[in-house]
Parts: sequence; C-alpha cells; structure tokens
Amino acid sequence: MASLQCLFFKKRIKNPILLASGVLGMTKGSLEAACENGCGGVIAKSLTLEPRKGHDGPNIVETECGLLNAMGYPNPGIEAGLAEFGNWKREEALIISIVGKDAGEFGQLAGKAEDAKKTLGASAIEAAISCPHTPGYGTMAGQGTPESIRDITRAIKDHCSLPLIIKLSPSIPGEGKAAKAAEDAGADAINMGNSLGPGMKIDLARRKPVLGFGVGGLTGPAIKPIIVRAVHDIYRSVKIPIIGTGGVTSGEDAIEMMMAGANWVSAGSAAYYRGPEAFGEIANEMKAWMEANGVKGVKDIVGAAHEKSD
Amino acid sequence: MKKVTNPIRTARVQKAADENYRVKTLEMDCDLPQALPGQFLMVWVPGAGEKPMSIGNSNPLTISVAKVGKVSGELHALKAGGMVSFRGPFGKPFNIPERAKRILVIGGGYGVVPMYFLAKVARENGIAPLAVIGARTAKDIVWEKQLFTVCKEVFVTTDDGTRGKKGNVLAEAQWLIEGKKIDAVYACGPERMMEAVAQLCVAHKIPCEVSVERYMKCGVGVCGSCAIDGKLCCVDGPVFSAEEALSFAEFGKSRRDASGRKC
Repeated sequence: MASLQCLFFKKRIKNPILLASGVLGMTKGSLEAACENGCGGVIAKSLTLEPRKGHDGPNIVETECGLLNAMGYPNPGIEAGLAEFGNWKREEALIISIVGKDAGEFGQLAGKAEDAKKTLGASAIEAAISCPHTPGYGTMAGQGTPESIRDITRAIKDHCSLPLIIKLSPSIPGEGKAAKAAEDAGADAINMGNSLGPGMKIDLARRKPVLGFGVGGLTGPAIKPIIVRAVHDIYRSVKIPIIGTGGVTSGEDAIEMMMAGANWVSAGSAAYYRGPEAFGEIANEMKAWMEANGVKGVKDIVGAAHEKSD
Repeated sequence: MKKVTNPIRTARVQKAADENYRVKTLEMDCDLPQALPGQFLMVWVPGAGEKPMSIGNSNPLTISVAKVGKVSGELHALKAGGMVSFRGPFGKPFNIPERAKRILVIGGGYGVVPMYFLAKVARENGIAPLAVIGARTAKDIVWEKQLFTVCKEVFVTTDDGTRGKKGNVLAEAQWLIEGKKIDAVYACGPERMMEAVAQLCVAHKIPCEVSVERYMKCGVGVCGSCAIDGKLCCVDGPVFSAEEALSFAEFGKSRRDASGRKC
C-alpha cells in the first residue's frame, strides 16, 4: 500500500497537497472545508498590516490556457486575520501567509504572528514576495532580488520563531540564486512560485482589458512547465525543502512537481477546474499512480528527476 | 483549441425601464436559455467594476438593478442599444420538488426579481405559484405587475401600510402556509426575513429554499470572498435549503466586507 503521509516540519500530515494562498482561504470555515476536501495543509489568505479591500473587479478572467487574476491582496489585516484563522487544532497543517511593503513591515508582521504563536496553532509562516500585480508589494516593489530576499528573510527570522517559507515568483530571473539567498539568510523552505506575469486579457466587444486592475497573474495548466523547471533549478541550488506551486490540477501533475524536487505541492486553480473536491481527487490520483508503479512513499519520488551525485 | 468555459458575453439593451426611484430593469436583445431561476450573472462595466446580479428572466435575458454604487450607477445610465457585458450564469438554482402543485414565492425589496423568474418557470411547468412581496413603503415595491402575469395570487405588504397590508411578509406567509396546501416555499430578500421564513417552513415541515447574498468577487469558487461558514455563495449557493442556511452560524447574524472583515 502506497502512503501519502509526510512530514511538514514537525507535523505529520496525511498528504503533501496544500491549499495555495489566496484561494478559498478568506475564512477559517473555508480552510476547514479545504481540509475536509482532502488537503494535507492549508496556506491562509495573505495578511497585511492594515485591512485591504483589494482591486476593483473583474478580479478573475478565464483564458484559453489558464486563469488571470488580480485580487490585490484583499484581507482583514494581520490582527483580525490571526484571530480568524487562529486556534487551529486540526491534523492538517495551517500556514500563515504575510505580505509587507519592505523588510521592516515583514518584521512587524512576523512579530504579530510570534505574539499570537501560542494560540495560533500554525505550523509555519510564509512570506509572499512574488505577487505580480499589486503596487507596493511583490515583484512590483522589486522584492525578487537576492538582496531584498535576504533582508526580508532576516527581518522575519529576527521576529518569529515559526519555520519560514519564502514564496518566490517564477517571473524573476535566476530562481536558484534567489532561493539560495533565502536559504543563506535563514529560510526554512522555498515556495516556488506564484502566478506568472503580469498578463492581460482584452475583451473584443468592449475593446478594453477585462481585469479591473488591467493586468494580472496567470495560473493554471499553462504555467506548470515553467514552475516544474524552476523547482528543478531550485532543488539543485538549496538543501531546504521546496513547495511547488503552479498549475497542479491532477495527481500526475503533483508527482511531476515532486520529481522536479518539491517535497509538497500547493494547488489553487484546480478548485476552478475540478471544483472544491479537487484536492482529495489529486491525492487519490497520486496514490493510484504510486501503487501502479510500485512506489511506497512520497519520499521515493521527491527529486527523482535529478541525477544522483552520490 | 481548448475553449473558455465561462466567456464574457456582451448584449445590447433592448428596453430600459425605471421600476421606481432607485431600481431600473434592463431587458437585453438576447436569451440565455441555459439560465435557471436562482442563478446569477457577473455583470462587468469597464472602468467601474463587476458585480453579481440575479437573473429576472432568461427570455429575453433581463436584470433589474438597484442604484447602490459605481457599477449599478453606470448601468442606470444605459439606454436602448447600450452594451451590457456579463459572465455566467453561475450558482445553484432553486429546486422544485417533483409532483409539487402549488408553491409560494416570497420576495422582500428587490429580492422579488429572481422570484418572478422562478414563478414564471413554475407556471410553464403546470405549477401554480402564489407570491408574497414586501417592502418598506409603497414606492419600494417592484415587479408587482410582472408577478401578476404568472402568479395565481399576489399578496403585497409594506412596513408603513402605504400599499397592501401593513406589516412584513412573514404574517402573510404564515397565513398561506397554514391555510393553503403549499408544497414548497422560496424566499429572497433581507436575511432576517429569510431566516424567519426558513424557521417557519422547518417547523411546518415544508421544503424551503432561500437565496443568500454575500460580498462576491470571482463568482467561480476560487477567491473565497463570499464564504458563509465553510460554504461559498457563488458555487455552493446562492440557493441553500432552509435547513442548511439555518445550520450556518453566520446566517442572519454576520457578513463580511470586501476585505473579509466581519461586519
């Protein structure tokens, strides 16, 4: 019998499928529902210091090859957010996601998470420095350079003792170097990546870009090969574990991402393509593939696409 | 080539009519045959935004818009020939039990609009709809005439007694539920009203569905903005059974704003 069980830092989780941040996870109820629907862990909506309404709509538009979105980090702010998601007691892992304008803000946010740590029940904290469509944040604020990654990583590590995941953009050059900068500064894991872009969709009848913000990040099947390649690069650059995020909608997608070097995968658009049950279905398909191919545990596929140096 | 599942469509306004001082009805130059009563559209106004709107009729496609913000303000300015862009239909529709002979639809304020669509489809299927509609005051009553064309009887209530019976829809609904053989009840309007209707129907063991509204952004089950407890109004709703709605801790109690804050 193949088993999907794995460790997420100190916690044993039922499978390596995580809910990607920004998808569904606006409320604790939705995070719990994602767990019921099969996720091994959930990454909550990203929290900023102050509440944000997000961009005007349309926030999402479907294209022939994936979804374009420009949410603009709607969230109730770090304090209300930690109160919403906290007191987590489930067997699935909860990851708190934070986004700041600079290292100083990331440090402040991390401090708030540290203050709430006892009752929070979170297994890790994730810093997203990779959004392609929100002014003042992510790649629009130049957060993808090795220097910026180092400063942000250090600021968070100085204020918070939870394992730290740095979420990198697939739209930056030299993902391997970026990941190494995070590792050297003390990061405990890398999440590669996020939506790719920015991209644009123009409506012919209205002759206008559809998204309220004009541009947005591309997710879904189209970006998977780029993420697989980036995970493959990062696996060769760092020793810390990796989350693969982008275009995973089936069990075979998840296995491919893990063969590239991901210890865990996170999925988001899958909920659009397959409905809320997508996460459990992906897990079941992984298990079926492993059984058909005589693979006993997920450890046996992580990094399997790499030449063994020993 | 892989097709887009939920494309944006643009229709032209065929007829624009003021219902009252704040509600305008836009009838399009097209039908939307796949739309079912209870479903909604995401209506896009370039430069203003995108908002969920319930469907008032599928042939011709009709929406009714209350002027509350940027998007609805722009829609109010439209005349015949103006463009309306939308995605959808989305969401779970109302269900009419098999062998139902008589249903009761209850609309509060502009919650009447989807109730017309439901009553119309029911009538086309040989079911007799009764309607109770309510509003604060006479000038807030909308779609009464339309309802008369498809319902066996329409009962009107206003809080101040300026039209129909003075009071809210609940007393009228209770009298009908207890006095006539009603096979199913449907409600759309203020949440406290729907909560009371749901409780009444559960107590009388009559199947009941309500249409729940929450701040909505993507409309397709991805962003999570319209969460009520663990469910999403856009894909799990907006229509919920009375039992499920009453099981939500947030139903009739709290909602969230655009940032996800409870309010």
